Amino acid sequence: MRSAVVVFPGSNCDRDLAVAFEQVGGTKPALVWHAETELPDGLDVIGVPGGFSYGDYLRSGAMAARSPVMRAVADAAARGVPVIGICNGFQILTEAGLLPGALMRNAELAYICRPVGLVVENSQSLFTSRYEAGERITVPIAHHDGNYQADADTLDRLEGDGRVAFRYAEGCNGSARNIAGIVNANGNVLGMMPHPERALEPAHGNTDGRRLFEGLFERVGA
Amino acid sequence: MKARVFVTLKSGVLDPQGKAIHHALEGLGFAGVNDVRAGKLIELDLAEGTPQAVIEDMCRKLLANTVIENFRIEQVG
Repeated sequence: MRSAVVVFPGSNCDRDLAVAFEQVGGTKPALVWHAETELPDGLDVIGVPGGFSYGDYLRSGAMAARSPVMRAVADAAARGVPVIGICNGFQILTEAGLLPGALMRNAELAYICRPVGLVVENSQSLFTSRYEAGERITVPIAHHDGNYQADADTLDRLEGDGRVAFRYAEGCNGSARNIAGIVNANGNVLGMMPHPERALEPAHGNTDGRRLFEGLFERVGA
Repeated sequence: MKARVFVTLKSGVLDPQGKAIHHALEGLGFAGVNDVRAGKLIELDLAEGTPQAVIEDMCRKLLANTVIENFRIEQVG
């Protein structure tokens, strides 16, 4: 199993994500600095981690989305390589145009950091095969800009095509239709605000996030 | 030459910051504020003769997120 985690100036969940990839996938991921123009060959999974890349300057994820490594990530995603973007990673993937919509300031303006209930909307995706559809899980969030917005047509298309992977069980940040995570049209790119890598082992208090990585690595044959 | 780029949220996009500013103005006793929308002003110092089309390209590629924002360019001097 070959995986990589992209690291930007200001990323702060890169090592947590690398631990999740290693624990579940069995091998250490390559950590790839944002200035690189190429990714290692033959990757099975790419992670875009949480944090505050470039200090959230201009818009969350805006600078990181234009960094050299993201061109390589976009090329890999176009070839079908699975890409998972968590929190700031989700913001970066929308800014890079790999996922539709945008993540705006939380509706109540507050930074929110707590475990939240999520409903698994689609258990058929590459990332959710170890969950039951409609299952309620608990995963921590930690964000200021998690308010997912897109135009009504885009939202209808996401819902109609089963591309909403996770929904907040209760409203928390103002996201349209309580969307917490979506996949792209090909199903190989996931963006989500909650942090499954922070619900990986009993010491975290909750292991609901682990099955995301187990399902993903099982599907990529690792 | 200089250009100013005004980045504003599209109408219909909820503006939590504008809403908070609105509440704060009301809290200060300013009556009659119907709505507040917050945006950004970006000032560019550019090589003389930079075409408008290039500035628009900058806006589309980076300065504005056209999913949620509009931009307006004002060339100064």
